[in-house]
Amino acid sequence: MRRFLTAVIVAAALCSAAPAAPRQIAPLAGSARPYLASTGGGPEAAAPGRVFAAWRQDGTGAKAPAALLKEVKTNKGITIGMFLAIVLVTAVIVYRAARSTKTTADFYTAGGGITGMQNGWAIAGDYLSAATFLGIAGLTSVFGADGFMYAVGPFFSFVTILLVIAEPCRNAGKYTLGDILSLRSDSKVVRGSAALSAVVVSTFYLLGQMVGAGKLMQLLLGIPYRVSIVGVGVLLVVYVTFGGMKATTWVQIIKAILLMMSGLAITVLLLWKFGFNLIAFYDAVASSAPVQEHVRGLLKQVAPQPGLDYGQRFLEPGLLLKDPIDQVSLGLAFALGAAGLPHIMMRFFTVPDARSARQSVLISMMLIGAFMIMVTMIGFGAALFITPQQVLAVDKGGNMAAPMLAQFLGGGAGTIAGDLFLAFVCAVAFSTIIAVVSGLILAGSAAVAHDFYVNVVKDGKPDQKEQMTVARIASFVIGAIAIVLGIACEKQNVAHLVVLAFAVVASSNFPVLLFALFWKRFNAGGIVTGLAFGGLFAIGVVMVSPNMTYPKKVAADAQKVIVVLEKKQAEGVPLVEKELKALEKARADYAGNREGRSLVGLEAPLFPLKNPAILSVPVGFLAAIIGTFLFGNRRDEELFDELYIRQNTGYGASGAVDH
Amino acid sequence: MEKATDWAALAKLPKFAELHKKKKRFLLTLWCLGSVCFYLLPICAGYFPELMRVKLWGRLNFGYFFCLFEFAMIWAIALFYTYKTNSYFDPLTREAVAEIAKEAGK
Repeated sequence: MRRFLTAVIVAAALCSAAPAAPRQIAPLAGSARPYLASTGGGPEAAAPGRVFAAWRQDGTGAKAPAALLKEVKTNKGITIGMFLAIVLVTAVIVYRAARSTKTTADFYTAGGGITGMQNGWAIAGDYLSAATFLGIAGLTSVFGADGFMYAVGPFFSFVTILLVIAEPCRNAGKYTLGDILSLRSDSKVVRGSAALSAVVVSTFYLLGQMVGAGKLMQLLLGIPYRVSIVGVGVLLVVYVTFGGMKATTWVQIIKAILLMMSGLAITVLLLWKFGFNLIAFYDAVASSAPVQEHVRGLLKQVAPQPGLDYGQRFLEPGLLLKDPIDQVSLGLAFALGAAGLPHIMMRFFTVPDARSARQSVLISMMLIGAFMIMVTMIGFGAALFITPQQVLAVDKGGNMAAPMLAQFLGGGAGTIAGDLFLAFVCAVAFSTIIAVVSGLILAGSAAVAHDFYVNVVKDGKPDQKEQMTVARIASFVIGAIAIVLGIACEKQNVAHLVVLAFAVVASSNFPVLLFALFWKRFNAGGIVTGLAFGGLFAIGVVMVSPNMTYPKKVAADAQKVIVVLEKKQAEGVPLVEKELKALEKARADYAGNREGRSLVGLEAPLFPLKNPAILSVPVGFLAAIIGTFLFGNRRDEELFDELYIRQNTGYGASGAVDH
Repeated sequence: MEKATDWAALAKLPKFAELHKKKKRFLLTLWCLGSVCFYLLPICAGYFPELMRVKLWGRLNFGYFFCLFEFAMIWAIALFYTYKTNSYFDPLTREAVAEIAKEAGK
């Protein structure tokens, strides 16, 4: 099976690499429109050579594109073939894993039999979501250096994971956060709230991934949103329900390998064009006329300001991330949030001992860091060759920057290699969705079945067979809920859900986990107060933050458009069709939103920042401390010594190898 | 598990106390160091944009190298932590576990 996979990958890599030799960079005079096809007709109607035209080192030749592609031209046959190959390979893995998944330990942690190296790749596969790959590449292609700055945050989270979470959790835990917390308190309320918190967080995260998956499939394959959500959802439910952690781990490992390969292939092909000279590469980016024009647009300057190097500005931070306090707040959410994500924590229970847990974090950090750096270069490459305008024209989220660059580097739309490379990158993005979502479903299922059903409802009494059945039913139900929610949230902006997930974890799970592991006086009162109040407070702050839609603001923005366009009309300038449409839409927006209020009935945000962490994290810590003192319990303090010895030494931990 | 185990007494064993003290200081130092470097990036970008703009190598500016430095720093922390734990804390942990096992076995 693995041989087949290697063959597919090698074939894809070779095909895409072969025609992309540096000679192709010669800019074709006279066809300066970047990544631009003829305005009508299918791929076959496009003029040859159209794809190579974006690169202009002098930055003077390229004109603003007359028309931008509205969608990426894919070769449906090749793309669907690649997707089927991914589904087939993963299905074989699941089938094999399902046969050897007999106990709950197999189902949740693959029996603790994953090696440090395997787990390192799997963590990278679990953590690098489609949002990281496609999102950060898109962000960089549109906002330049800020994409690079943004990428540091998710990577930094691993410092906390490595230093505070990985080894203690491996030493002390079994499957879930609830297992660790219940070492400090026998209270069922503690287990119940740990389970609830894990389910809430996983659902937020899951919802963000599902909606993203649906939109991505729509973009990549042209499959309608609902069909893709149901398709992806059903596939994942089957995978997780039957394959459990073994299948999830292997899917994540393979996905990580594919992702690293595609990242590496795009980066190498990209830098090859510049003889691996970074200076020449960034010089070309900053000299690109479309990039310069785009930056001017971002800065909202109608006429070019003399003396301002717009291209250089693209390489400087501050085009997107403007408020430093908001940045620190986001950094805080990343630094502490990822460490408490249930699906990441769960990965540390799959290895036999603390040493392998350590090794796996180290490996995943090497992979994730290298990938982040490559992704930002891919973003800059897309800005240069595809142009920010074209990236935005295809998808406002910038998600197609990396796939389009791959197609361009492979030889362009319509060429076999270009389409193959595009299809390969899209298929990798698809495998990314499968890997991340199956990890999430598994974490949710562990919380519901293991923490809630087995330990709260049934006092830990059910036998293995019943526990397995419940675990599978829980995965099935969570998957089904994900499908329903995914369909319901099609029109919602779910980007803030991921921010919310990180912030909620950083202000509830993380303080509680940290105190449980390191603070002797901590007790059940602190755990429940910290989880409940910290989490609810973070959600509350997001509800009154600028992440929500404020109809009055929408109306005010619409009114601005109306005023500008009506003034233009009044001056006797006839509006073009696009402007007329904009005016019509603005009027409708204004009328529809004039009297509206946000979801919680606010006219304007109460909290000025998009990221609540800077406020909610201290509140979460405080809630846990106050709860501890209010509801003191000697017994819980006594349990500290036991947990403390366990987490430091691995003494008496389940399945841990004696040091 | 072992209901009769007196964990509080075990926690006071000298080897474990030493492990606890040294490990705590090591982890805290490393974590604080990393965090300071990390938060310095958005603070510099927000409050000292001129510094970030200084061109160092061709078109590449201070901000770009600052971001690269963050990656290097995080890798360095990971490698140093792994090295130190493997070479120093693991043997210490083994000694502490041996002591605990002896004491608990009495």
